[in-house]
Amino acid sequence: MKKSHTFYIGVFVSLAYSGVASALSFETLPEPPMDLVVIDTPDDAGNSVELDWALSGTDIFNPLIENASDTDPSTIVATYSIERKVSDAIGSELDESDLNWQKVSEAGAGESHWTDRTVERGWTYDYRICSVDNQGDSSTWCNGEPVTPVMQIFNMSKAWLAIFMLIFGGFIAYFINQARAGKPLWVRKIAGLEAIDEAVGRATEMGRPVLFVAGIQDINEIQTLAGLTVLSRVAKTAAEYGAQIEVPTCRSLVMAAARETVEAAYLSAGAPDAYQPDKIHYLTDEQFAFVAGVTGYMVREEPAACIYMGGFYAESLILAETGNHIGAIQVAGTAMPSQLPFFVASCDYTLIGEEFFAASAYLSGDPLQIGSLKGQDYGKFFSVLILVIGIFFASIISLSDSEDGLAVDSLNYINNNMLGSEGLGSFGGGDTDIEGDDS
Amino acid sequence: MKRTVPLIIAIVAGFVLLIANFIPFAEDWGLTAQEWFNILAVGAMILGGGNLVKLHLMKISGQRKGWGYSVVTIGCFVGTLIFGLFKIGVHPNEIYPNVGWSGYYLEGGSGLWWIYQHMIVPLTSMMFAMLAFYVATAAFRAFRAKNTEATLLLVTAGVVLLGQTYAGVWLFEGWLPESMQWLRFDHLTEWVMNIPNTGGTRAITIGIALGVVATSLRILLGVDRSYLGQD
Repeated sequence: MKKSHTFYIGVFVSLAYSGVASALSFETLPEPPMDLVVIDTPDDAGNSVELDWALSGTDIFNPLIENASDTDPSTIVATYSIERKVSDAIGSELDESDLNWQKVSEAGAGESHWTDRTVERGWTYDYRICSVDNQGDSSTWCNGEPVTPVMQIFNMSKAWLAIFMLIFGGFIAYFINQARAGKPLWVRKIAGLEAIDEAVGRATEMGRPVLFVAGIQDINEIQTLAGLTVLSRVAKTAAEYGAQIEVPTCRSLVMAAARETVEAAYLSAGAPDAYQPDKIHYLTDEQFAFVAGVTGYMVREEPAACIYMGGFYAESLILAETGNHIGAIQVAGTAMPSQLPFFVASCDYTLIGEEFFAASAYLSGDPLQIGSLKGQDYGKFFSVLILVIGIFFASIISLSDSEDGLAVDSLNYINNNMLGSEGLGSFGGGDTDIEGDDS
Repeated sequence: MKRTVPLIIAIVAGFVLLIANFIPFAEDWGLTAQEWFNILAVGAMILGGGNLVKLHLMKISGQRKGWGYSVVTIGCFVGTLIFGLFKIGVHPNEIYPNVGWSGYYLEGGSGLWWIYQHMIVPLTSMMFAMLAFYVATAAFRAFRAKNTEATLLLVTAGVVLLGQTYAGVWLFEGWLPESMQWLRFDHLTEWVMNIPNTGGTRAITIGIALGVVATSLRILLGVDRSYLGQD
C-alpha cells in the first residue's frame, strides 16, 4: 500500500471517528419525563386508566426548573408521546398491532396527566411515555407498571351520599308507616297553599279565568312535576267552583302531561264535561317568546288569579310584574333561589324552595304523603346537626389557630369525605380547608 | 291501564337513573334513558306545533278577539318552517356539491339564519331589556319602609346598591378613620353578600335539596301520583 493511500485512509478514519464522536457528544435530546404512574381509574366501570408523570427536566413549565430561560432551546419539550401495548387480553383475539407499542395520545408541554378511555375491561396494558422537542427528537422512554382495569361494584366516592339517602329515605319510610298506622301528624300551615282556594274563588266571583304556568322547563325536571301536582289541585278546585283555567306551556311534553292532569282533576270533581283541552296549550320553546305570549294573554284577558309553579329563570319578574299590573291575585312557587326575591316582591304569596315541593303532599291531605313531609323535616334536622358539628370544629380551629389535631381531622373528614368526593376514606388524611368551598 | 303504564314507566326510569348514579356498571343506563327522552321530546314537538296551528286557525276562522295576532303567529310559523325545511339560501355542502340540501341549515347568510339573527335575537333582547324596568317597579314596591322588616330591607338594599358602585368608596374617602374603614359601603356590601346572604341562600338550597329527594321518593314509591292526574 502506498504511503499516500495510508495517509488518506488515516484521515478518513479519523474524520469518521470524530464525526461519530461529535454526534454522540453534541446530540441534544430532551430529558425524559419521570415516574410514570399508571392506575386503574377508581370507582368506574373498568373502562379507563389514569396516567400521571413528573415533567421532563427540559419542560419549561416544570416548576422544579429554577431558570427556565436557561434551558437549551433545542431541547425544550413540545409534547409528550404516550404509547401503549396489550400484554394480556384474557383469551380474546388480538390484532398484531395491539401487541406492539402504539401511540395512543399526545400531551402538551406542562401536562402531567392523561386518562385513557379506550381500554377494555380485564385486559392488561403496558404504557410508556417520552418527551419530544420541536425538532421531533424524542427522549428515552419512561415505562410504567402494567395495569388491568377492573369494574368496581359500587362507586365508593358516593358512599356518603348513599348513606345520607338511606337515612333520609328511612325517615320518610318510617313516617309513612306511622301515618299508615293511623298516627296523627301535624304539619304547619303554608299560607301560599291556603291562598290557592281563595284565588280560584275570587276568579270565579269575577267571572275571569285562572292562569297557571308550570315553569319553562321540560317534564323531566322535578320542578315541573311538582308544578303539575299543584295544577292537579288548582284544576280540581276550578272544576268544583266552575272557574275557567288557562294553562299555556313552554314544552310539548308538559302540555300533554298537563292535559292528563287537568282532565283527571275535572273527572274527580264530577265535571268531566267542563274540561276543555284547548285551554291547555303549547306556545313555544323560546323563553322570551313564551313570556311575550303569556303576558300578552294576561293583558288581554286579565285573569283574576295567576299561579306560577315550576322552574323559572329571568322571565319570572316579567310574568309576576305583569300580573301585578293587571291586579291579579298571585301565588308563586319555585326552587330557583335566584328568582325567589322577584316572586316575593311581586306576588301575594310565594312558596319558597321546600314549601314548593311540600305543596303536593300538603294539598292532597293524604296521610301517606304527609308522612313523607315529616320525614323531610327530620332529614333537615339531620343536615342541621352536621352543619352545627362542622361549625363547632371550624370555630375550635379558628380560636386555637392549630393546623392539626382532632378538630382539624374531623373538619377535613366532613369537608372531603362526607360532603366531598373521597368516599368513606380514612380519618385523619386530607388537607386543611377551614374556608370550605361553595359547593 | 292509561294511568298504570305511565306510572310503571316513571318508577322504572326513576330507579334506573338512581342506580346509575351509584353503580358503575349501570352508568350508561342514565345516558340511554336521556336519549329516549330526547327522542320522545322530538316527537312531541310535532304534537305541540300541531296544537299551536290548530288553536290559532280556530281563532282566525271564528274571528275571535285578538285574531289578528293569530294571523301573525301562523304567518311567522309557516314562514320559518318553509325557510328551515327547504333550507332556503343554504349552499350545498362541499363534500356533496351536487346535493342541493346537504348544507348546514343555519349557514351564515341563509334565510333561517337571517330570521334568527335579525328577528329572533333582537326581539329576545328587547324582552330581556324590559327586565330593567320591571326590576325598578318591583324594587319601588318592595323597598317601601312600611314596617321594621321593610325598613331593614330598604337600608340593606341601599348599602349594597351603593357598595357595588364607586360611590361606595368615594363617599368615605378622606375623612373616615382607619379603625372605622369597615363601615365603608363596599366593605359592608362584601360582608352582607358573604355572610347573611350566603347563609340564607344555603339554607334555602338545603331545603330545596331535601324537598327534591322527598318528592322523588314519593314519585318513585308511587305514593304521589297527582302528576298523572291521580289523587
